[in-house]
Amino acid sequence: MSHAFLEVSGLSKVYATKEGNDFTVYDNVNFTLDKGEFVCIIGHSGCGKSTILNTLAGLDDPSAGAVIMNNKEVKGPSLERGVVFQNYSLLPWLSTLSNVEFGVKARWKSWSKSKVREHSTRFLNMVGLEHALNRKPSELSGGMRQRVSIARAFATQPELLLLDEPFGALDALTRGVIQEELVKIWSETHQTVFMITHDVDEAILLSDRIFLMSNGPNAAIAESVKVDLPRPRQRNTIFQQPGYYPLRNYLVNFLVNRSGEKPDTTSGKPKEVNPLADLDLSGAPAEGAAADHTPQHPRAVNQ
Amino acid sequence: MMQSMPFRAALLSIVMAVLLFGIWEAAVVTPEKSTEMTEYEMLMGGAEQEARVPPPSDVLKHAWDELSNPFYDKGPNDKGIGIQLAYSLYRVLTGYILAALIAIPIGFVVGMSPLMYNALNPFIQVLRPISPLAWMPLALFIIQDSETSAIFVIFICSIWPMLINTAFGVANVRGDWINVARTHELSPLRTAFQVILPAAAPTILTGMRISIGIAWLVIVAAEMLVGGTGIGYYVWNEWNNLDLNSVIFSILMIGCVGMLLDLALSSAQRLVEYNE
Ligand SMILES: Nc1ncnc2c1ncn2[C@@H]1O[C@H](COP(=O)(O)OP(=O)(O)O)[C@@H](O)[C@H]1O
Ligand SMILES: [Mg+2]
Repeated sequence: MSHAFLEVSGLSKVYATKEGNDFTVYDNVNFTLDKGEFVCIIGHSGCGKSTILNTLAGLDDPSAGAVIMNNKEVKGPSLERGVVFQNYSLLPWLSTLSNVEFGVKARWKSWSKSKVREHSTRFLNMVGLEHALNRKPSELSGGMRQRVSIARAFATQPELLLLDEPFGALDALTRGVIQEELVKIWSETHQTVFMITHDVDEAILLSDRIFLMSNGPNAAIAESVKVDLPRPRQRNTIFQQPGYYPLRNYLVNFLVNRSGEKPDTTSGKPKEVNPLADLDLSGAPAEGAAADHTPQHPRAVNQ
Repeated sequence: MMQSMPFRAALLSIVMAVLLFGIWEAAVVTPEKSTEMTEYEMLMGGAEQEARVPPPSDVLKHAWDELSNPFYDKGPNDKGIGIQLAYSLYRVLTGYILAALIAIPIGFVVGMSPLMYNALNPFIQVLRPISPLAWMPLALFIIQDSETSAIFVIFICSIWPMLINTAFGVANVRGDWINVARTHELSPLRTAFQVILPAAAPTILTGMRISIGIAWLVIVAAEMLVGGTGIGYYVWNEWNNLDLNSVIFSILMIGCVGMLLDLALSSAQRLVEYNE
């Protein structure tokens, strides 16, 4: 039997409400992740993205179904699944360096002090924090805190990285810088990444595939959209790529117009789509598309 | 006035102290020659001259005498203020440390387990409001030793703030930090020491600070009851001797030592404090 790296089958989450009736957040969610893939999930607030991510992490138990990673069922949290929380979740009494060392020590218990330090410092350098090693989280900006959190997650080198809206609280400029750092580390380490975002541009920049989630209750992953754009992608040039706006329009259209529809999940899997497959991307439309849309894209213009 | 705030505050403190002592001095230096002896004065016989509240200059002179030789020991009824304070501190610290050794671990368990919290809560609610001195007769009867009974009373009064604050601090550690421990596969013991303890430490120290304050309040009363040694006994004994200089001086000393104890705990608190 050849299985995907991560297989989610028949996953549901039901909360019992005070009135006694059940509230089904999502029902019968199925998908797979391949090793080394970068997948983002987009959906309206409250549809159950965080619940899915926490279940993948093993922090939350599903009501039905199972998560299978490397042919083993996920039964609880593990160092093989690193999590970056939206609110950073740094330990405020530890310095930047100690926060990362905390993870590294937990991962490799037999490592010497100097090895732990050297390894942690290397990952903090990758996110450009070599000057802030001894500062406490309260002395860091939101962007710097999230960098520490990302460094901690990558430094423990889990097989699967789970990021819950990691840049949600950051301003656009900071977000762009950290996105690039994230891509840089990811392209060096080739870990599998599953990330929640509400930013369509961010999803296109980072993902191999984007999961579109329908609205809750009884939410489902409606579609798995292939991001057929070449890598490496640059945040300041990606919008010039011919496929960028068709893809972006497809995603926005889903979120605005179609996320309320009941998805067709009879096959049990999200519908696989590639909005760029039928497009002729060889010619001039690229210029036109970029010119048409640039004003809607202030972040790219800022660069 | 370009001086800094602390400087101006200190200046004002000194002015107020001088004013206070001045009024006090003026009020007691010329005692009114009462035409008629009150019933109390009659009972006291001719002692009224010594029994009046002494002026601050006398108290200061007395304080100087006492503090220049604080550790003399001339038998059970005449020991230096340093010795008396040392007895009291010894009792307070013994009872307090024993209480901490028991309250903090139990508070930890109570804070981590809602079951234990609900099971122990009725006991805590009933035992906590009991005045520590109410335990004294029972302690004296069971322990049969006044020294140990005083320590027991300190123990029982310092245990509650530490227990309750530890439980509260532990129960309210942010779920995110617990999740960090879980995703890093920390053992329960490591989670307790590396995450929960540092997270709850400021709250625990607040409890410890409240406890030491209460313990110092209670020791004076407890020593008045059990007698023998200690600052509480000293105050009462000097009252019986009608040495009001010593009474006022020891009251001030109780205040100073209490302040130092609080200062020690608040510096410890600053060490474990963190900003989110
Ligand atoms: N402990 C809980 N009890 C009841 N309902 C919950 C609980 N946690 C989350 N929910 C509900 O589950 C839904 C999904 O929440 P969440 O996964 O946080 O959404 P998202 O991350 O997509 O914004 C929400 O409607 C929320 O109200
Ligand atoms: Mg969420």
